[in-house]
Amino acid sequence: MKSISKSWVVRLRSSLQNNQEYKYIPMARCFLSRFFLALLLVLGFWTHAPAQERLKLATTTSTENSGLLKQLHPIFEKKNGVSVHTISVGTGKALRLGQNGDVDVVLVHAKKAEDMFMERAYGVHRRAVMYNDFVIVGPASDPAGVFRTFNVSEALHQIRDSKSLWFSRGDDSGTHKKEMELWRDAGVGVFGSWYRALGQGMGRTLMAADEKSGYTLTDRGTYIALVAKGKISLNIQGPRGERLHNPYSVIAVNPKRHPHVKFGLAVKYIDFLVSAEGQGIIRDFRLMGKQLFYPNAKYSR
Amino acid sequence: MEYLLDGFADGLMRVLRADPQVMLAAWVTIKVGFWATILASLIGLPVGFLLAMGRFRGRGFAITLLQTSLGLPTVVIGLLAYGFLSRRGPLGFADLLFTPSAIVIGLVVLAVPLVAVFSMTSVASVDERVRETALTLGASNGLVAWTVLREARFGMMAAVLAAFGRVSSEVGIAMMLGGNIEGYTRTLTTAIALESMKGEFGFGIALGVVLLAIIFVTNLLSRYIQRS
Repeated sequence: MKSISKSWVVRLRSSLQNNQEYKYIPMARCFLSRFFLALLLVLGFWTHAPAQERLKLATTTSTENSGLLKQLHPIFEKKNGVSVHTISVGTGKALRLGQNGDVDVVLVHAKKAEDMFMERAYGVHRRAVMYNDFVIVGPASDPAGVFRTFNVSEALHQIRDSKSLWFSRGDDSGTHKKEMELWRDAGVGVFGSWYRALGQGMGRTLMAADEKSGYTLTDRGTYIALVAKGKISLNIQGPRGERLHNPYSVIAVNPKRHPHVKFGLAVKYIDFLVSAEGQGIIRDFRLMGKQLFYPNAKYSR
Repeated sequence: MEYLLDGFADGLMRVLRADPQVMLAAWVTIKVGFWATILASLIGLPVGFLLAMGRFRGRGFAITLLQTSLGLPTVVIGLLAYGFLSRRGPLGFADLLFTPSAIVIGLVVLAVPLVAVFSMTSVASVDERVRETALTLGASNGLVAWTVLREARFGMMAAVLAAFGRVSSEVGIAMMLGGNIEGYTRTLTTAIALESMKGEFGFGIALGVVLLAIIFVTNLLSRYIQRS
């Protein structure tokens, strides 16, 4: 280290004695020119603005990760010459983004939260789009004996009483909201160490339950998608029932609250989802031969 | 282990076949990382240099503050930036949220302290005699500064490269401010997060290899530039 700087001092001295600054300017120029050349090379490729108008959609991971939106969006995009930008988060956050005016339209599944969203006039033009159902899944050995139960509350009681591991999304998503509602209805308010709130998406929660041989509540779509790809080996254990109904709605962000939102485009998007064409795509969407979502726009009002 | 290796092999094939989705994510990563690094360097390098060379009141405190901000969690930066960029925030009118520019803004906040601290250290570690000698030889202040700067150039380059490595491997900011929009704000890291969510672990790792390759090539390039 010392010898390097010493030699440098010698060079410095000689150059200063010979000609004050002569030697430095070319060096500086050489470095700077190279720097600017590199800068120019890459300056050219900042293409920020998308060529087309964009519609921002906040939705849940279940619709995005299943691949359904990839069937729907290209057709809508081609028809209207726009691009749909999908931001997939939990239902709680999706509604929040709509409330803040950061997106134009939301596709979510949490009835009560949606009702609140509408009541406070954050959203307008709400339409039912499709539904599937929630299911309680668990290991094949079924240590809590959930398979033989007849309703959800009974199943949840069995899980609590046997202190079987339960994995909760814990992230304010639509599924999490549903889970809390089911526990509340079952009259269970105290949880022990068998109850694990993950704060993660549905996929990760299912995989955690699979790893640890625990139970969890999931939407059927995400469950089928992961089983079809051989990622998990959990079984559907819980009973079916009206209370496990999982309806999805699409809502435009209220332009009166946020004048900048692309309301016209959002309405076009909503109309597309509930049109015969959109509903047909939803009905025909299959993953490993299984239907994930059931269109129900005709029941809307 | 096998399920991981199988997935990895499949993923690598997708990468090698130049799968457009992978290429787009790589492109967004490079683009965003490049701009964040340039902007952070334009701010961070002078700050680091001033802190190392300058003698002013509050300098010690400023350094402590800067070093503390190295510990800023990316999700906190993401949250703060979201607060500013959201339609409800002070910068909402610019409609930057969920664009690559939003990611760049967050990443600059992340990288400036890094560049500043690294460059400060490299300038401060330049042999004191270089400065003294230049002064005794009658060099002007500007020339002294330039001399020290030249001595510290490798350290500064290292600071810039470290910043590029950091911003291109970051997840939280890119996810919160970019929104992980396919083909637009989906970077390699948010793509990896998504794949891990879907249970596609092998493909996620293959994407990680692409990211490392990008950083590797960047380092090779910088070595080439430095050789003069």
